[in-house]
Amino acid sequence: MKFSIIKESYTGSVPEITFGKNRKVSFGGEKSLPFLFFEGEHPHKPLISFEVQDSPPQDYPKELAKVYSSVWDDPVRWAKLCESFGAEAIALRLMSIHPDTTDAKAEDVADKLKKFLNEIDLPLIILGCNHTEKDAEVLPIVSDVARGFNCIIGKAQEGNYKTIAASAMAGGHSLIAMSELDVNLAKQLNILITQMGFPANKLIIDPMCSALGYGFEYTYSVMERIRIAGLIQGDPMLSSPMVADVGFYVWKTKETQAEDENSQWGSLHERGIIWEAVTACSFLLSGAELLIMRHPEAVNLVKYFIEDLISTKEK
Amino acid sequence: MALTGIEIFKLLPKTNCKKCGFPTCLAFAMKVAQGQAKIEDCPEASEEIKSKLRDAATPPIIEVQFGTDSMKLKIGGQNVLFRHEKKFLNPTVLALEVADDDSEIETRIDEVLNSSIERVGETLRIEAIYLKNRSADISKYRDALERILKKAPQIPLILGVSSSDIAIDSLSILKGHRPILHGATAENIEEMAKVAAKFNVPLVVSAKGVEAVIPLTEKAKALGVGDLIINAEPKSIGELLRDNTFIARGALKKQIRSVGYPIITFAWGKDDFYETIVSTVGILKYSSILVLKRTLPWKNLALFTIRQNIYSDPQVPMQVKQGIYRVGEPDDKSPFIVTTNFALTYFLVKGEIENSKIPVWLGIMDCDGLSVLTAWAAGKFSASKIAQFVKESGIEEKLNHRELIIPGYVAMLKASIEDKLSGWKVVIGTKEASGIPAFLRNYVRSKNDR
Repeated sequence: MKFSIIKESYTGSVPEITFGKNRKVSFGGEKSLPFLFFEGEHPHKPLISFEVQDSPPQDYPKELAKVYSSVWDDPVRWAKLCESFGAEAIALRLMSIHPDTTDAKAEDVADKLKKFLNEIDLPLIILGCNHTEKDAEVLPIVSDVARGFNCIIGKAQEGNYKTIAASAMAGGHSLIAMSELDVNLAKQLNILITQMGFPANKLIIDPMCSALGYGFEYTYSVMERIRIAGLIQGDPMLSSPMVADVGFYVWKTKETQAEDENSQWGSLHERGIIWEAVTACSFLLSGAELLIMRHPEAVNLVKYFIEDLISTKEK
Repeated sequence: MALTGIEIFKLLPKTNCKKCGFPTCLAFAMKVAQGQAKIEDCPEASEEIKSKLRDAATPPIIEVQFGTDSMKLKIGGQNVLFRHEKKFLNPTVLALEVADDDSEIETRIDEVLNSSIERVGETLRIEAIYLKNRSADISKYRDALERILKKAPQIPLILGVSSSDIAIDSLSILKGHRPILHGATAENIEEMAKVAAKFNVPLVVSAKGVEAVIPLTEKAKALGVGDLIINAEPKSIGELLRDNTFIARGALKKQIRSVGYPIITFAWGKDDFYETIVSTVGILKYSSILVLKRTLPWKNLALFTIRQNIYSDPQVPMQVKQGIYRVGEPDDKSPFIVTTNFALTYFLVKGEIENSKIPVWLGIMDCDGLSVLTAWAAGKFSASKIAQFVKESGIEEKLNHRELIIPGYVAMLKASIEDKLSGWKVVIGTKEASGIPAFLRNYVRSKNDR
């Protein structure tokens, strides 16, 4: 019997997002489920951004400290180190503004950001601290400071999307909209934001990330459902590119922190790296186009994975 | 695909002879469709309908059993492409490759036997050994097999042999085992299929690419081997994803019988990191058996975890076992928080407590895996149940205080819990987990001031 390839038919496509000022990068734009090159175009590879924080992190475990502790009191040096690791984009997380850490003021962060933008020309994602009120206060100012730099701003949530989306629009940025592990919530937030006049082709869905072993399957399945709804059912409000904020969730888990003495779990160094890499590769397979990651060795693994997948593209 | 009553009716003689015990052929057809009557009860049913019904009763991807009496393994039987549609059946079996000329076979067997790790109440392990006939020598292979049987008589086996002679030699000594026979290719399919049929064992057919595999599964089936497994020999992750997608789609969306079999994947990789990534793709995307080149504790942990996550039931909320959990190193003065056993609730609350750096006793109550508000609405997170949980948990012996923190969403239970738990004071916590660090810091500060 001759085997005829069973192709899925698609009615939607993922918008392409380009960001950055002098150096630009693009992701998204595909017309089929992840990496199924035989049935739809994939103009861009998924993009990996390196996470940098604006103040010395309080919760980076040992394996990350080994890599970053010498530079983490200066975000510019930190970003340059990431650039030396091959970073194509930076995700600057403004942890200093969190009321539970240093509760930094918007003006202080604005000054820091100006300096950062002057020194670093990699495409930039600017993230708040995930505190609804504080992000609503700081992100509009940050959007304005970065006007013209064509950044990605995040994350707008149900409780603060109005001010954040309005300022991202005014600043000419793309926007990450985060909802909590639910297809309908993701759709609703995209509808609300586009109803304000925000361009749908500059929206990125964050369906809420998680780490391997800690709610992983929820993120995985919600991503698959969003991709299927956007591409196969052609729902334009669910076709936005997706981001997986992998490092943030992975490096909280005990698997990335417990010392080697727990011999059942093996070497901490490899365990931490593989935890981040497996989580990231899985979410690329379920539909993410943009990753935010921390460990350079995990990033290298994911890059190799992407190249390995793409090697079948021409065949 | 099951046949409907009407489809069955169309193929019946339509004589209403009543010999089946039903008044009409239509009534009988309906019962057959529902599985309440057997087609054999109709004396005039044609061979055509019998074979159609048999075919319809076969799942689109067949289920194959192998292993030993005390370690039976089931693979295949999947009926969906995406896990949100329905729970993935029969988790991917992880096997370790052992070569017959490996001088340290016993060490390798130990790796398998000692691989088990406990995670969220389940014991996870490498389940099987793939014994590869690298030496191409029949006596070396026999010797290696006997060494395995001596050390691990019950371990499920996959025999990787290239000649039917070695296959026969091995299968004749394996008593109480139903191993998988691997090694059928376009060159030897006839002999290998005959051996598999004779010993009634599952057979792996290997060829490069799905198209090349199909004539082999058809030939083996014609030779009487029903339990087949496919190896399409992918050489890159792109090929693995593509081949497995073709096979699973062909079987599930088009009911193509010649690809309706479980898939075996041999992991590869320039190092252990990359072999883990390749294996991850196999687990996520339809491989039923994954053969690893090497096992290592960190690698096993990652693979066990992803397999456990992806093969969980999307309809059943993931649950955490009821109990008192320590977050950090709590002592008798540490705060005590109670919440439900929905896994996401647990992970979020625990994560935020960790962020606060304040050690806490976390009481997780069995509420059938529902979140706080849902559990409250369903009567599973009520004042009396919380009071009973606190009393029976043994927490009173661990604390020198009697203060209980409850989620902000059930603030209305405060008075009622205090009624039922004499001597206890109920403190209302935050609605969202994200507020926990600030809450805990204030709570501890105000407690110290008192």
